[in-house]
Amino acid sequence: MSVATAGRLESTAAAWSLPWLAQRLQRSLLHIAVIGLTLVWIIPTLGLLISSFRPSTQILTTGWWTAVSPPLQFTLQNYQDMLSQSNMGTAIFNSFMVSIPSTVIPVTIAAFAAYAFAWMKFPFRDWIFLAFVGLLAVPLQLTFVPVLSFFVAHGIVPDNLTSLGLPPWIGLWLAHAGYGLPFSTYLLANFFRQLPSDLFESAEIDGAGTLTVFFRIVLPLSVPALASLIIFQFLWVWNDLLVALIYVGGSVEVAPLTVNLANLTNSLGQGYQLLTAAAFFSMVIPLAVFLSLQRYFVRGILAGSVKG
Amino acid sequence: MASVTYDHVVKRYTADVTVVKDFLVGPSGCGKSTALRMLAGLEAITEGQIRIGDRVVNNVAAKDRDIAMVFQSYALYPHMSVYDNMAFPLQMAHMPKTEIDKRVKNASRILGLDNFLKRKPRALSGGQRQRVALGRAIVRSPKVFLLDEPLSNLDAKLRGQTRIELQKLHRDLETTFIYVTHDQVEAMTMGDRIAIMNAGILQQVGTPGDIYDHPANLFVAGFIGSPTMNFVPVTTSDSTAKASGFDVKLPKSVPAGKATLGFRPETLTDRIGDQHNAIDMSVDVVERLGSDQFLYGQVGSDSVTARVDPKMKVEPGDKVRLGLDTRSLHLFDAETELAQF
Repeated sequence: MSVATAGRLESTAAAWSLPWLAQRLQRSLLHIAVIGLTLVWIIPTLGLLISSFRPSTQILTTGWWTAVSPPLQFTLQNYQDMLSQSNMGTAIFNSFMVSIPSTVIPVTIAAFAAYAFAWMKFPFRDWIFLAFVGLLAVPLQLTFVPVLSFFVAHGIVPDNLTSLGLPPWIGLWLAHAGYGLPFSTYLLANFFRQLPSDLFESAEIDGAGTLTVFFRIVLPLSVPALASLIIFQFLWVWNDLLVALIYVGGSVEVAPLTVNLANLTNSLGQGYQLLTAAAFFSMVIPLAVFLSLQRYFVRGILAGSVKG
Repeated sequence: MASVTYDHVVKRYTADVTVVKDFLVGPSGCGKSTALRMLAGLEAITEGQIRIGDRVVNNVAAKDRDIAMVFQSYALYPHMSVYDNMAFPLQMAHMPKTEIDKRVKNASRILGLDNFLKRKPRALSGGQRQRVALGRAIVRSPKVFLLDEPLSNLDAKLRGQTRIELQKLHRDLETTFIYVTHDQVEAMTMGDRIAIMNAGILQQVGTPGDIYDHPANLFVAGFIGSPTMNFVPVTTSDSTAKASGFDVKLPKSVPAGKATLGFRPETLTDRIGDQHNAIDMSVDVVERLGSDQFLYGQVGSDSVTARVDPKMKVEPGDKVRLGLDTRSLHLFDAETELAQF
């Protein structure tokens, strides 16, 4: 595998020669383009961040870019108001209570399922896989009525669950797990299939059972795929408003951050300054998740396993 | 040493393929690897019996066959250190930690891996990876080692070196090695016994010397030896064979008819004595290798190769008189391709 050594165009041309200049120029253009794109993406975020620290009077009268020149007027008031006023604490807690299980459940199930689809032999395997992946094409909205009526009929609704002493979000977890599974399984099965078959055979001869192979070989080698999947699923659940509203409703005790955020703007821009703080806050969590997992996106994790 | 028996083993795919034993050699795609994988328990067999020692292992799981396999690709676990790679099969057998440590340390000493135990496979060279793969097999002290073209991913220099190390290892461990290769040099130099396969069918089993001197059929004769044996179509009558460019007296009488006469390049030389038949050859190509000189050319209408003294002065286009040693002739039936002697 040459993945580890590929990349990086090292110039062998002599300094200031024509090919050297051409290569330099090419690389500078690339850098300029990358930096430019990054700026385009980052400016709105920066605007939001700055706005969230500005007094509400300023936010409403001038643009955020005026704040970076003196006189500097920054305040934590927005964050204080946001956290105290509008049940933000509960909402943040709820968001975690929704997002973490709604990520862990589908990714776990998908990993087991994908291993079976990729490496175990059973009748109709490919057809079942096809049917499973075909669910990717089913629009989410189509499922609301049947799933919700099923939940209601079987008491999987927040009020009932709370009275039973269970977390009110179980229905939402199941729904998110269901929505996430087809894609997760598809992505992981494709990744697992790429693992060299010699590894599995070697492990078989070494005496490892199916579960041992899964936990000791497949999972450690699939960290990049699992990390990206966790990020996808977490972001989707964290930013989701519609599914949460449908299955748990908008009541303060159970509603996640997104529902709360939507409520802040209800009265025609009145809570604009609170919205900036709340919006930035709601971005920080997914960003932290991404940054903490991004180091696993190292390429060439398989390098050195097979071939010389 | 444990014996391994392939008793009329058949593996059926769409077409019938019959398979095989010590050193398997044959061209690519002939079923060597399949034979090895069946012994390892990675492929089911259709018919027959595979025995390791006296035990029939047809329905024994791979891990319980008391074998270890070295894969062509090495199949090291990339996320584990060299130590963990070698310890893995022992952990799977629930061996106590101290025993695992002893065995891994012992194997790493034998293979010269002591300084690399903490490294991951990606930080090793091809040769080192290969030794880790060997180490993973050694720690289990299995009855039989299976090696599937273990040298094919190494460069030529390392291959020669590893070949010698493997032979030493084989001697030290006193265990049966079954070694699959398509390289006849590896087979000839390392094998105690060689099994030659072609198109899924075992052609011949024997010691390297046996196979070289008494090939069972045309395929084996052509496969072993470099440059390859000369094959000349002849017409036989009693104990004479008549080719397009020469006649030769055969050591015994054969039925009259068509056949293929085989003789190795080293039997066609510039020495002409009592046991030699004089042959006139027009030379097309001359290859000087220092220790040897090979002549490629025509005798009558047949192409042949001769190995002559390196000091003999020959140029392409020359006509030379050479001597064919009649003591090491081979005759193959034109139909069945089986050796008649």
